[in-house]
Amino acid sequence: MLVDSIEIVFRREAGRVLGTLIRLIGDFELAQESLQEAFTAALEQWPQSGTPDNPRAWLIHVGRCKSIDRLRRTMLQRRTLLDLESEAQNELVRQASIADCDDEIGDDLLRLIFTCCHPALSLESQVALTLRAVCGLPTQAVARAFLISPETMAQRLVRTQRKIRLARIPYETPALAMLDERLDGVLAVIYLVFTEGYASSSGPLLMRAELADEAVRLARLLDSLLPARTAVQGLLALMLLHRARNPARATPEGDIILLEHQDRQLWDQSLIAEGLTLVDRALRVPGRPSGYAVQAAIAALHAQAKDYRDTDWPQIAALYAVLMRIQPTPVIELNHAVAVSMVDGPARGLQLIEALIARGELADYHLLPAVQAELLRRLGQHEQAHDRYHAALALAQLEPERRLIRNRLEQLTSSFP
Amino acid sequence: MQYLLLIYQNEAEAAQLSPPGRTKMMDEYRAFTHSIIQGGQFKAGDALQPSTTATTIRVREGKTLPTDGPFAETREQLAGYYLVDAKSLDEAIAIAARIPGAHTGSIEIRPVRVFS
Repeated sequence: MLVDSIEIVFRREAGRVLGTLIRLIGDFELAQESLQEAFTAALEQWPQSGTPDNPRAWLIHVGRCKSIDRLRRTMLQRRTLLDLESEAQNELVRQASIADCDDEIGDDLLRLIFTCCHPALSLESQVALTLRAVCGLPTQAVARAFLISPETMAQRLVRTQRKIRLARIPYETPALAMLDERLDGVLAVIYLVFTEGYASSSGPLLMRAELADEAVRLARLLDSLLPARTAVQGLLALMLLHRARNPARATPEGDIILLEHQDRQLWDQSLIAEGLTLVDRALRVPGRPSGYAVQAAIAALHAQAKDYRDTDWPQIAALYAVLMRIQPTPVIELNHAVAVSMVDGPARGLQLIEALIARGELADYHLLPAVQAELLRRLGQHEQAHDRYHAALALAQLEPERRLIRNRLEQLTSSFP
Repeated sequence: MQYLLLIYQNEAEAAQLSPPGRTKMMDEYRAFTHSIIQGGQFKAGDALQPSTTATTIRVREGKTLPTDGPFAETREQLAGYYLVDAKSLDEAIAIAARIPGAHTGSIEIRPVRVFS
C-alpha cells in the first residue's frame, strides 16, 4: 500500500479516531500525540501487512496502546494508567463491537468539533485546531493556510490545547439550550475555512482549493451528525453551489471571470443538483430560515438561470431584503443594491450605495467603488466610472482583482478616449 | 475544579449610580450570591473598595516600595471577585453570566492552578 493512500485513509479517519481517543483517554493533548504515533505505526506496518479491514478500529486500538505507553514512560498520573490498563483488558471485546457502535463514534466526533470551536478560544485558534484535529491536516499545512511558519503554528496549537486542558473546556456536545448558539460558532468556523479557500484575501492558490474541500467535508459531517438543521443544510448548500462554479471562475492564466461572463456549461451539474436538493430541505425546516439557507437560495437562483440577464433578479432582490433583516451587514446591503439595480435600474442601485457611504460603511472595501463604477458605466457616465475604478484599484489587494479592474479601466478608456 | 471570577467595572460610571439604582444592584448581588451558595458552587466572594484606595508594592534590593494606586490606567477596574466550584469552563461561564456586573462591566474567568 502506498504512503499516499495511507494518508488519505488517515485524513478521512483522523477526526473520528481522535474524538474517540479523547473520550477513552480523557486528555486532548495526549490523545493527539497518541494518534500521531498510531499514524506513524500505520506508515511502517501497513505497506507490509496490508490495510486492516477496519482501519478506524486499528487506529483507535493502536492509539490507545500508545497512550498507555506514554503514561507508563512518564510514570505520571498512575491512577489514570491503572484505569486505562484495566479498560484495555476489555479491548478485544470492544474491538469486535467497535464497527457496530458508529453512533458513539459519531458522538465523539461531534464533541470534538464543539470542543475545537469553543467560543473561549480565539477564532484563529478555533480554525487552526479544527483543521488540525478534526480534518487531520498536518501542522505544516495548517501553517501554510495561515501564512505563518510551522514552528509558530505548532506553538499556537500547543497553547490552544493547553487552554482546553487547564481551563477545562468541556469535551461534550452542548446542552440543548446552548446547542444552536454554539452551532452558529461551528458554522462560522467552517464558513471561514471555505471563504479563505474560495476567495482568499492573499496567499498561494493551490492550498486554497484544499481548504474549500475541507470546509465542505466538515459541513457534510455535521449534516450527518445533526440532521435537519436549516443552518447546517443551508451552509452546505451554499458552499456546494459556489463550488459548482469553480471551473468557470477563472481563465487558465488566473484572470477572474465575473458571474456575468462565466460559461455556464462548465458549472458542475452534480454539485448543483445536490445543492438544490439541500436548499429545498433547508427552507422547509420549520421556523425562521438561517442566513446561510437564504444565501443558498440566492445561489440556487443563479445556478438555475440560463444566463445573467435571464436570472430571476426580482426574487434575488427580495431574498437579499430578507437577508438584511436576518443579518444586517453592509456587505449584504451592497449585494442587495446590485440586485435592485438589475430590477429597477443602475440609478436606484447607486442611490442605495450612497446611503451606505453616508453612514461611513465599507470605506476600505474595494468592491464598493468597483460596483459604483459598473453602475455608472451602465448609465453611460464614463468619467465618473473612471474615477470610481481608480478608487477600487487603490483598495484592491489581490493581484487577479487588480488585473480585472485595470482591464475594465482600459475598456472604458478605449471606447471613450 | 475552582475558578476565580474577577469582576471588572468602570468605577466612574458606578459612582454615578443613583441611590435606588445602588439598592437594586445590591439586591441583585445578594440574590446571586445566595443562589450559588444554595447551588453549592460558592467558595468565597467579596466586593472591593475602589481602585483609588489601592496600593501597589514591589520589593527591590530588600526594600519595600509602595506606590499609590494600581499600576496601569484601564477603562475598567477590578471591583470584586467570586471563587466558585464548577465542573467545566462551560459551567463557570454560566455562573459568571449571572453575576449582575456582567451586564455593565466584564468578568474574567481564571482557572485556579492546582499543584500536584
